[in-house]
Amino acid sequence: MNRIVFILPVIAFIALIGFFGVGLTKDPKVLPSQLIDRPLPAFDLPGIAEAPGGGPGFANVALKGEPALLNIFASWCAACPQEHPVLTRISDEGFAVFGIAWKDKPQDAREWLAKWGNPYQAIAADEAGRTAIDLGVTGVPETFIVDKMGRVRFKQIGPISPEQWEGTIKPLMAKLRAEA
Amino acid sequence: MYAEIGHFALILALLTAVSQAILPMVGAVRGDQALMAFGRSAAQLQAILIILAFGLLMTCFAMADFSVELVAEHAATTQPLPYRLAATWGNHEGSMLLWVLILALFGAGIGRFGDNLPPSLQARVLSIQAMISVAFLAFSLFTSNPFARLDPAPLDGAELNPLLQDPGLVFHPPLLYLGYVGFSVTFSFAVAALLEGRADAAWARWMRPWVLAAWIPLTCGIALGSFWAYYELGWGGWWFWDPVENASLMPWLLGTALLHSAIVTEKRQALAGWTILLAILAFSLSLIGTFLVRSGILTSVHAFAVDPERGVFILAMIIGSTGTALGLFAWRAPLLRSGALFSGVSREAGLTLNNLFLMAVTAVVFLGTFYPVIMEAVSTDKISVGPPYYNLVFVPLSVPLLLLVTVGPMLAWKRDSLSRVAGKLKWPLLAALAVAVGLLALLGFAKATAALGLALGFWLIMGGVLVLARRWRGVGGFSARLVRTTPAAVFGMALAHAGLGVTAAGISVMSGFATSKILVMREGESTTVGTMTVTLDSVGDASGPNYQAFQGRFTVREPSIFGADTVRALASERRFYPVSRNQTTEAGIGTSLLGNSYVAIGDQQNGPRGPGLVVRIYHHPLVGWIWFGGLMMAMGGAASLADRRFRIGAPLRSLPRATGLLPAPAE
Amino acid sequence: MKLLLPLLLLMIAAPAILVLPVAPAAAVLPDEMLADPALEARARSLSKDLRCVVCQNQSIDDSDAPLARDLRLVVREQLTLGKSDAETMNYLVTRYGNFVLLKPPVEPATWALWLGPFAVLIGGGAALVVWNRRRTILPTDAPLSETELAQVAALSQDEALR
Repeated sequence: MNRIVFILPVIAFIALIGFFGVGLTKDPKVLPSQLIDRPLPAFDLPGIAEAPGGGPGFANVALKGEPALLNIFASWCAACPQEHPVLTRISDEGFAVFGIAWKDKPQDAREWLAKWGNPYQAIAADEAGRTAIDLGVTGVPETFIVDKMGRVRFKQIGPISPEQWEGTIKPLMAKLRAEA
Repeated sequence: MYAEIGHFALILALLTAVSQAILPMVGAVRGDQALMAFGRSAAQLQAILIILAFGLLMTCFAMADFSVELVAEHAATTQPLPYRLAATWGNHEGSMLLWVLILALFGAGIGRFGDNLPPSLQARVLSIQAMISVAFLAFSLFTSNPFARLDPAPLDGAELNPLLQDPGLVFHPPLLYLGYVGFSVTFSFAVAALLEGRADAAWARWMRPWVLAAWIPLTCGIALGSFWAYYELGWGGWWFWDPVENASLMPWLLGTALLHSAIVTEKRQALAGWTILLAILAFSLSLIGTFLVRSGILTSVHAFAVDPERGVFILAMIIGSTGTALGLFAWRAPLLRSGALFSGVSREAGLTLNNLFLMAVTAVVFLGTFYPVIMEAVSTDKISVGPPYYNLVFVPLSVPLLLLVTVGPMLAWKRDSLSRVAGKLKWPLLAALAVAVGLLALLGFAKATAALGLALGFWLIMGGVLVLARRWRGVGGFSARLVRTTPAAVFGMALAHAGLGVTAAGISVMSGFATSKILVMREGESTTVGTMTVTLDSVGDASGPNYQAFQGRFTVREPSIFGADTVRALASERRFYPVSRNQTTEAGIGTSLLGNSYVAIGDQQNGPRGPGLVVRIYHHPLVGWIWFGGLMMAMGGAASLADRRFRIGAPLRSLPRATGLLPAPAE
Repeated sequence: MKLLLPLLLLMIAAPAILVLPVAPAAAVLPDEMLADPALEARARSLSKDLRCVVCQNQSIDDSDAPLARDLRLVVREQLTLGKSDAETMNYLVTRYGNFVLLKPPVEPATWALWLGPFAVLIGGGAALVVWNRRRTILPTDAPLSETELAQVAALSQDEALR
C-alpha cells in the first residue's frame, strides 16, 4: 500500500508529459469552427463596386447548388497575397470561389484585387464585421468549404497552400460534388 | 571578436560542467576526497567562464554590434543604453544565457559557502547541479546560440519592444531567474539526499538557507512583475492569471510549502520524504514554466518567440530531470527513516495543514493553466480558463490557509491542546471579529468581501505582532533583554506573516473599492470620480530619445486625511516608437499611502460637446499595499536568512564521526 | 485530528459564497458605452467574462483589438434587444464555441477542473488522517513500578555518577 503512494507522483508525471507532448503538436491559436455540418448563417452583403451602395454583393443563398469556397480576405491582410495564386488556380480549375472583404473599405479592396488578381465569382464587403462574427472568423485569410445544400463542411484557417489544396480540399470538393 | 570568445567560453563551460557532473559523484560514491574537492573547483571555473560569456554578450549589446544577430533583432542605435543592456535578456537566447549564468553562480555558491556540508553531500549536490547545467548549456549552444552572427550586418537594429523599454526589464527577469534557478539547488539537495539514503535534521538545516535564497528573489520578482504590469499596461490591472504569471506563482507556492516543511524536518526530523518531494516539484514547476513560455503550447501576452522544436528539447530536459528524480523518489524514499511522532494538535500538525492548503491552492493554478492543454489532447473542444475560474476557486481555498497562519506560530511543538491555543488567541480573535463586524457595518453588506478581506489582513498582521509580543513578555512584563536575544528568524516570521496580511488587505480593498470612469474630455474640462476631481489642463506634443508622444496634462484634487486637499499634476502620454512602429500608453499615477489616482489618455474622439480626448480615470485604494506586503515578505525571508543559526551550522552530533581520533565535543 | 476534516470543510464552505470581484479594467471607448448605466454595467460585467479570440489571453473588456471592439458592440446590441445574460453569452458561444468563455462551463469534461483542487484538499486531508492513525499515539506516562523506584533510589545514591 505504502509503495503505491510513492509511485503516484511518477505516474501523474508520465500522464502530464503525455499531454504536453500532444499539446506540442497543436496550435493553441487555431479555433475549430462551430459551423461544421451546419448551414451558413444568413447574410446579404453589398458588393465593392464603385457604384453608390457598392453594387450587388451576394447573400448566403448564392452558395447553394454546387460546392463552393467562401474565402474571407482583406487588403490589410499580410498572408493573403501568398494565398491568391492558389485561389486563382482553384478558380481556373472550375470551382466556384466567393470572396468577402472583411473590415475593408471597398476602395481598398478594389485596388488590392486589381493588384493581385480577382479569382472570385462574386465579392461582398463586410465592413462592419458582423457577418464575420456570425461565421466565427478570427483572422484572415480563412476559407469555408460549403456543400450543395449550403452547409459548411470544412474550415481552412490561414492561407491555402498548394499542398493543402491538392491533398485535402480538392478531394473534399470532389466528394461533395458526388453527393446527392 | 567578442562574440566568438563568448561562444568559446560557453563551450568550455559545457565541458567543465560535464566533468563536474561525473567526477564528484564518482568521488562521493568511492569516498575519494580529491575528486569530491574537484567539484568545488569545477563549479567556480564554470561560473567564471559563463560570467565571461555573459559579459561579452552584454558588451556586444552595449556597443550596438549589429553583426551579432541577437543585437540586430533587439537593439537599435536610438535605444537608451540601460535598455540596450537589459535587452541582453529581453529575448529567448539571452535569457537562457542568464539562466545558465545564475545556475553557475549558485553552483559556485554551494562550493564557496558550503564548507559546513559533509564533503560527500556537497559533492553530490554539485554533481547534480552540473547535470542541470549541462542540459541547459547544451540547449543554449545547440538550439539557441546567442552569439550567432549576421552577415551582412545591418546598419541599424530592430528595437526592443517598447513595452519592455522600462526599468522593469532591468530587474524583473533577473529576480525571477534567481528564484527559478535557486530552486535547482534545493532540487539537487533533495536528489542527493535520496542518493545518500539519508534526509535528517542536519540535511534540512543545510538546505533551508538555499530555499530562502531562491524564495526571496522570486517573491520580489513576482511583486515587481505585478507592479510593472500595473503602471505599464494603462489600466491598473495587477494580476491577470496569465499562464506565464501562473508559471511564476506555482514555484512560489510550492517554495513556500517547502520552506515550512523543511522547518519540520529540521526541528523534528519528520516529513523528510515530503520535503524531498516538494523540493523536486518546486524546481520541476520552474522547468515546466520555462517550457510553457518558450514552446508555444499556450497563448500568453508574455510568451517569447515560440518554437515547438525548442519545446521538445525542454520537454526532454524535464523528463530527464524530473522523471529521474521522481523515479528515484519512488525507489528510495520508502527507505528513509520515518520521523518523530506528533499529535493532531501541534506545530508540526499546523505546518502539515499549511502544506495541505498550499498544495490545494497550487492545484488550482496548475489545473487552470494546463486544463486547456489536457482538454485539447483528449477532445476537440477548446476551452479557456480565465480570471472568473480562479476567483471562484482560488479564494475559498486560500482563506482557511490565511486564517491558519496566525494560529500556527502559537502552537507548541509535538503536543499541544486546542484550549491552550484558543487561550493564547482569545483577544486577537475578538479584536479581529470586532474589526470584521465594524467594517461590515461601516461599508455595508454589498462590500462584504472587501470588509472580510480587510479583517483577514488585520488578523494576519496581528499574528505577526503577537509572535513578537509573546516572545518579549518576560516575567515582569516587557523585557528589553528578550528583544535583544530574539533570533533573526523570529523577526523574519513575524514580518513575513504580517506582510501577507498587508497584501491581503490591499487585494481585498482593490477588489471591492476600485472605481473608474471613461469619458471624452476637452481642454479645461473637469470631472469627478468618487471624491477625486480631475481637470484636463492642456494637451501637447512631447518626445523622448526614440519616440514621439502626445501628452495630456491633468490636475487631480483629492481630499486628504490630513486636512487640506492634495493637489497633484499628472501627465499621461501616448507614445509612438518609429523604429518598431509600436504604440504604448504611459499613465499618470499619483501615489499616496492610501491609494493611487491613475489617469490614462486614449485617442481623440468626438464627445457630446465636440471633439476631445478619451480619458480613463481610475481610483485604486490601497493598491500599493499589495506590493509593499510582498516586499515585507521578502524582507522577512532575508531576516530569516541572516539568522546566526544557519551560519553556525548543524550540531556536530548529527555528523557521522569520520575517525576515532577526535574526542567527543562538549555539547 | 478527528476534528480535522469537518473543520476543513467548514472553513471552506463559509468563504465559498464570497467571490472576489475583479478590479475594473477597460479598453472600452466612450462611443461604445450605452446610455443606460444598468445595461452598461451588465455589458461590462459580461465583457469581462468573454475572451478576445484573436488576442493573447485577454478579455474583450481589456483588449484594444478591433475584433474585441466588435464583440463588445455585439454584447451591447444583444442587451439592448432585451436578451438575458445567458442568451447573450450563448449568442457568442454558438459562433465561437466554449473557447470564448473565460469561465469554463461546468460539465462532465470539466469536473476535474472545478472539483480537482477540492479533491486534493479532501483527499490529502483524509490521507493525513489515515497516516496519523497508523502511528501510535504518544503514550501517557505510566507511573513507575516498585522495583523501578528502588532502582532510581539506588542510582541516586551512587557517588560515581555525581
